[in-house]
Amino acid sequence: MARNLRIIPRLDVKGPNLVKGIHLEGLRVLGEPKIFARRYAAEGADELLFMDAVASLYGRNSLLDVIAATAQNVFIPITVGGGIRSLEDIAAALKAGADKVAINSAAVADPGFIRKAAERYGSSTIVVHIDAKRNRTGSWTAWTDNGREPSHHDAVEWAVQAASLGCGEILVTSIDQEGTAKGFDTALTKAVSARTAVPVIACGGASSPDDVARLGHDVDIGAVSIASILHYGIAAELEREGYGFSGAGEFRVVAEKRDFGRVVPTTLAAVKQAVLAAGLDCRPIAGEEAA
Amino acid sequence: MNQKGSSARVAIIDYGVGNLFSVAQACAHAGMTAEVTSDPARIQAAGGLILPGVGAFGFAMAQLARLKLDTAILAAVDQGKPMLGICLGFQLLFDESTEMGSARGLGLVPGRVTSLAESLRATGHSGVARIPHIGWLPITQPSHAGNRDLWQGTLLAGTAPGERLYFVHSFHATPTQPEASLAEADYLGFRYCCAVSRGRVFGCQFHPEKSATAGLQIYQRFAAQLTIT
Repeated sequence: MARNLRIIPRLDVKGPNLVKGIHLEGLRVLGEPKIFARRYAAEGADELLFMDAVASLYGRNSLLDVIAATAQNVFIPITVGGGIRSLEDIAAALKAGADKVAINSAAVADPGFIRKAAERYGSSTIVVHIDAKRNRTGSWTAWTDNGREPSHHDAVEWAVQAASLGCGEILVTSIDQEGTAKGFDTALTKAVSARTAVPVIACGGASSPDDVARLGHDVDIGAVSIASILHYGIAAELEREGYGFSGAGEFRVVAEKRDFGRVVPTTLAAVKQAVLAAGLDCRPIAGEEAA
Repeated sequence: MNQKGSSARVAIIDYGVGNLFSVAQACAHAGMTAEVTSDPARIQAAGGLILPGVGAFGFAMAQLARLKLDTAILAAVDQGKPMLGICLGFQLLFDESTEMGSARGLGLVPGRVTSLAESLRATGHSGVARIPHIGWLPITQPSHAGNRDLWQGTLLAGTAPGERLYFVHSFHATPTQPEASLAEADYLGFRYCCAVSRGRVFGCQFHPEKSATAGLQIYQRFAAQLTIT
């Protein structure tokens, strides 16, 4: 059978809100995360990825609160990232309903944390998340703190090290492409894939279903994570339906501004059709997947 | 026999390995009263048991032995209680695993657990075999089924061949007798056993609690078995 490609909607969360930025900055509020999450689960998402933009796991309206509200009736794998710093954080995320955690800054600060986490919770629970930014020299640097701080790691070498320490997957986000809908950083994805033997999840820059299918076809990856091209269609639809949502004051609210940039909204069904048409295996859309 | 409430109670075996939350959620969704427990007495008293698990085979068996859960499981199965083994819990049903040397399993199903990457290489696959193997894979009846429907009367009764379920694993189980395999999956051309059924013991490599509607139906069928005792 052909290589399987998973499609994973990525939900960046700040407080109680689903947000989306460009290059991980300039966050705009799109709506209530669990509404989007349930929609994606019902539409045949293979997994969900929640990323806390401000690394605040605990308390009311925190990421784990959002996860707990979502996991009650979403029966597909859920990954939680942003602010996972200790084994206790992993335990709390799993208890809230996550199946995997994505670790970035804490792993950079202490690579041994990857091994400890994998030994305690199993490799398949541990995703190492690399936010990579292109250098003038053609290489990439791994950044931490949601794209705010450069690390001393070359992104590709760091991926190799993370895999050798026992993580089960590598999520690589291109900061340069993230939120731009200008296409993936194919060279980055290829470099990470070529040097590792764990599944790679590519993220950042998806512009269209064909774009996703092309990356999956050209590069040996296990999954693609996408956000803007899915979220904006639903945000606009919720607004048309008169869904009462008011975003927090410090953000521009997309529903008011209609500022989708160059993003052309699409659906999971269209993405999966393109993936199947490219000759890859993919779980097709089933109409009645709502739990 | 028992009053209805107690016979529908299922024990989710907690032996310090893996994520029990989603299993408990799926049980609740299927109408079962689930108790996460590492108490052998509670397992004996339950109407059925679920053995979940993620991680290393040897460590898992050592944990089961340390907590005296291995004997509790075997006793419950002896009494004819329905059991569901998931992922590592499925692999533990077999005789042994070659993961990190060799370790004995529960021995409820004759067979052994070996590396998926090595099996794939043995088939002549030359590319990169990414491990763990993750994805929604279609499950099918094994070739020895012929025209028969092997899934009838098992937890897969009503599941359509080709239905996709969520897998994440690095090892796979091979029953000694090929006929013991109930369902197969495929990784880059290598076909392997992904479910077994023996008496009232059912095991699956995939995660029904992570497989949306198709998986929840397996929990519902398991729930129905609990009350038929």
